[in-house]
Amino acid sequence: MAKTALQFQHNGRDVAIFVDGGTNLLVALRELIGDMTPKFGCGQGGCGTCSVLIDGEIHLSCLTLAETVAGRSVETLDGIKDGPNLHPLQRAFADNFAAQCGYCTPGMLTAAKALLDRNPQPSRAEVVEAISGNICRCTGYEPIINAVLAAASGGRARA
Amino acid sequence: MTRHRGRGIASVNYPIGMNLGGDPSQALVHSNPSGKFTVALSSIDLGQGMKSVTRQICAETLGVPVEDVYVDTADSDTGPHCMGSFASRGTHRVGNAVMAAAREARGVMMEAAAEELEVNAADLETDGRGNIHVRGAPHRSISTKDVAIAAQFKQGKTISGRGIFLVPLSDVDPETGEMSPATCYAHACLVAEVEVDDETGEVAMIRMDSAYELGRALNPRLVEQQLVGGAWMGVSHALYETPEPYYPEPVHGPRDFVEYLMPGPGDICPHDIAVLERPAPDGPFGAKGPGEMCANPVLPAVANAIFNAVGVRIDDLPITPEKVLRAIKAQGGARPQPRR
Ligand code: FES
Ligand code: FES
Repeated sequence: MAKTALQFQHNGRDVAIFVDGGTNLLVALRELIGDMTPKFGCGQGGCGTCSVLIDGEIHLSCLTLAETVAGRSVETLDGIKDGPNLHPLQRAFADNFAAQCGYCTPGMLTAAKALLDRNPQPSRAEVVEAISGNICRCTGYEPIINAVLAAASGGRARA
Repeated sequence: MTRHRGRGIASVNYPIGMNLGGDPSQALVHSNPSGKFTVALSSIDLGQGMKSVTRQICAETLGVPVEDVYVDTADSDTGPHCMGSFASRGTHRVGNAVMAAAREARGVMMEAAAEELEVNAADLETDGRGNIHVRGAPHRSISTKDVAIAAQFKQGKTISGRGIFLVPLSDVDPETGEMSPATCYAHACLVAEVEVDDETGEVAMIRMDSAYELGRALNPRLVEQQLVGGAWMGVSHALYETPEPYYPEPVHGPRDFVEYLMPGPGDICPHDIAVLERPAPDGPFGAKGPGEMCANPVLPAVANAIFNAVGVRIDDLPITPEKVLRAIKAQGGARPQPRR
């Protein structure tokens, strides 16, 4: 099958790859670009751990055809930190013990970033809503909700 | 349609690790020429914090800063045998093995330091900051790094230790059949408050209040993390998760996260936790284990709360809306029990 040339912005950098028709964005990111931060959980939209931002909007990369991001901006967790400095959300996740096995963490952070980018002072209910497409097996969600609220209030609030 | 509130309570007596004796785990500890230490385990940290807690136990036993200890886990090619991460056994079993290994390594480290300082090893102590000095004479001191270098390159000693923890077999009394199946018990008590909708059979968690007694909490934030997440898992087992949800045939079982249900962030409830510490005589620094027991009391407490709310006794998990509704119908309507 003929491959299609695809160009888009990956965490602010221009990338160009060749994809087979039907390749999903998660596979393109992990296998063709080598960005392992979006995880494969279910491959069918049920778990949220593959979440990425496309032009600032949250999308499930396992359900997104790679070709649809041509010319657009894709942000993953790989681009969230500033050099060696953790993003405030990452700091807050660490401080609030919001990760155990860590498998859901990339999706949770991405969902939280999408929320805070458009609503810097969310209520608890808005945080719950924002992460409700993401499954976590370990934490019971409470520490994750607390971490997002703490990051929103500048890291001052303690769980 | 009415929503009925109910409250249920359950208590747990939880034996740590596998019962009836045995249940071994091993650890190896060695120093590197940098004066840092490596703990080799094949035990697995799934996110519960086994790496952190064994690191603390090793550092505390050796008398060195926690930053100077590295824990290498989860590889049975490079680490000594472990029965596994289950039954709340990690902190207790693996921790004890690490403690034994670190104690042996500390013995060699003190001997090597004594040789360098030309004193008796029994007169030395560690300051917990990476130095070893003569008791009462802190200026007669050597860093653990210099000891490690001297042991390796001059004295020809390996600063290392081996540890295993094995629970003694309990004999059965031939007369009475009595035995002690476990050596270490943790305890918990949990009150669950639920709201049951008598038209849909749905059960909503309102709140949980619990007390967990788990020996010394070696890392209080990790313990809290275990209790919060574990209780959520208990709710999930009580009300949601099953491989055979609605039909007797496994082929009708869930295939994905859309059908295999778990409570989401919107389904959780406030949970007030009290941690009680009664150090275990045979635990590392008195620790028991906060693992599996976090989830256990939730299931009976929720079942009791549902009985209290609508008078139906469901003894088949998970307690799905369908089961609650059928039971309410069978008894001709909700029968709220006296509030407790
Ligand atoms: S992998 Fe995309 S939602 Fe699970
Ligand atoms: S931390 Fe394990 S799935 Fe969320």
